[in-house]
Amino acid sequence: MLELRDLRVAYGRTEVVHGVDVVVPRDGIAVVLGHNGAGKTTLLRAAVGMLKPRSGSVLLDGEDVTRLRPHQRVRRGLAYVPQGQQSFPQLTTAENLQLVADGRRDGRERTDEALDLFPALRGLLARRAGLLSGGQRQQLAIARALITGPRVLVLDEPTEGIQPSVVTEIQDAILALARRGGLSVLLVEQHVGFALSAATTYYVMESGRVTGTGDGGSASADAVRSVMAF
Amino acid sequence: MDAVLGQLYAGLSLGSVLLLIALGLTLTFGQMGVINMAHGEFLMAGAYTTYVVQQVVGGAGLSLLIALPLAFLVGGLLGVLLETTLISRLYSRPLDTLLVTWGVALVLQQLARDVFGAPAVEVRTPEWLKGNVDLFGAPFTKGRLFILGLALTAVLVLGVVLRYTALGRRIRAVVQSRGLAETSGIDTRATDRLTFFIGSGLAGIAGVALTLIASTQPYMGQTYIVDAFLVVVAGGVGRVRGAVLMAFGLGVLQATFAYSQSVSTAKVLLLICVIAFLQVRPQGLFSVKSRSLV
Ligand SMILES: Nc1ncnc2c1ncn2[C@@H]1O[C@H](COP(=O)(O)OP(=O)(O)OP(=O)(O)O)[C@@H](O)[C@H]1O
Ligand SMILES: [Mg+2]
Repeated sequence: MLELRDLRVAYGRTEVVHGVDVVVPRDGIAVVLGHNGAGKTTLLRAAVGMLKPRSGSVLLDGEDVTRLRPHQRVRRGLAYVPQGQQSFPQLTTAENLQLVADGRRDGRERTDEALDLFPALRGLLARRAGLLSGGQRQQLAIARALITGPRVLVLDEPTEGIQPSVVTEIQDAILALARRGGLSVLLVEQHVGFALSAATTYYVMESGRVTGTGDGGSASADAVRSVMAF
Repeated sequence: MDAVLGQLYAGLSLGSVLLLIALGLTLTFGQMGVINMAHGEFLMAGAYTTYVVQQVVGGAGLSLLIALPLAFLVGGLLGVLLETTLISRLYSRPLDTLLVTWGVALVLQQLARDVFGAPAVEVRTPEWLKGNVDLFGAPFTKGRLFILGLALTAVLVLGVVLRYTALGRRIRAVVQSRGLAETSGIDTRATDRLTFFIGSGLAGIAGVALTLIASTQPYMGQTYIVDAFLVVVAGGVGRVRGAVLMAFGLGVLQATFAYSQSVSTAKVLLLICVIAFLQVRPQGLFSVKSRSLV
């Protein structure tokens, strides 16, 4: 379970997240919706420790991790797949995975599990990540996050700018992961339809504030779209 | 023919020394973008380590073998000390880093002067490194051959570590994308420290090698440091292959020019060559992809 409590985040003097509360329920999926520039990425970066919040706190299974550095949060089970299909371009696919498996006793098993989820990666192990397609790189990024053995997986627009057939693959993988149990997901998503069908709870963000929230099952996409429209 | 080979050999050994010095810089400069002006003084510390070991142990041969790992340790620890106390506070402030490490260089030179005195100390060459071997009909001194072997071994070991070990993967990952490495669970600060340790340790080893062909004195670090930075910049920051080619290229070039011109003219000509080269390829011989994220 991940709790973001009254987070305020700023770049220099410009505050862009103005006191946001988000709860990612145990084994559930919390979805954050919002227009470009609403502050979704900023919120996630504060959650994983890439940005220091002005105030507020981040709780991972009840433990306050607000002061921990990103890699320390990863070790406590908070994994992050940043926006934009990021990988280590000069490292091969295999090295990208090995990098996070290094030093983990269950590294090999977890790598196999991750590759089972994205079998297409098996044929690309020797290729440099910089040469992969966007969709392949996103699969690699999710696989890398999974090898760290997360209890909470934070995903920033995992299907943005990816061709439709791969989008479904990635969405299915996310649903499969969440259904497997033992993993909570915090997902930023622009596809309102998929987001709401997947969500346990959803949050709508506007200009750095949460302006709407509710249960995923009960919300109609139209209702959420109308909240987002204003 | 003999004369040409002679110049080539002289160039190769000069290149080896440059390579040993530049190899460490490639790591610290490439990894963290730190211009460490005290790198040459780590080399000086390595040379004095050889001297001290000889005073304690006696035999020049055994001393040399003990001094190699010990100088690596001395250089490495000095590097880590500098990194944790000063450089880590000056992140993304290259000019301040340059000035502060230059200050540290001056302090270390003065320290060496106070402890060992201003004149050069005598470091003896082991018997088995005296004399020449004949290579393609021209003499190659054994000492220089040893340095060449040492430099090539260092390149090989560093290459293997970078390519095939967990530490190497971590170092490369941090170079390519520090932020992504951090959010992938890598302790980038610890990786920085280790990288600095290895890079500075290599300077210590270069210092041991230098005792075989140059005099050991407090200012010896200054002699090669500018050339070594040239090698790193022209070779492509952070690239081992580029550093190897540039080091030997510069070494041979410098030796060739020194043969026909005076040494200082040679340096000026060399600098002109490097500047001309960088006009054509500003990214160096091999470029490294820029850091993404952060
Ligand atoms: N490094 C930065 N420095 C200053 N301002 C920034 C920085 N990054 C983002 N911002 C600003 O903060 C605000 C929120 O940006 P953020 O990236 O969090 O939005 P987002 O909701 O993730 O948008 P998108 O859907 O386009 O990814 C924007 O106004 C943006 O211009
Ligand atoms: Mg974003």
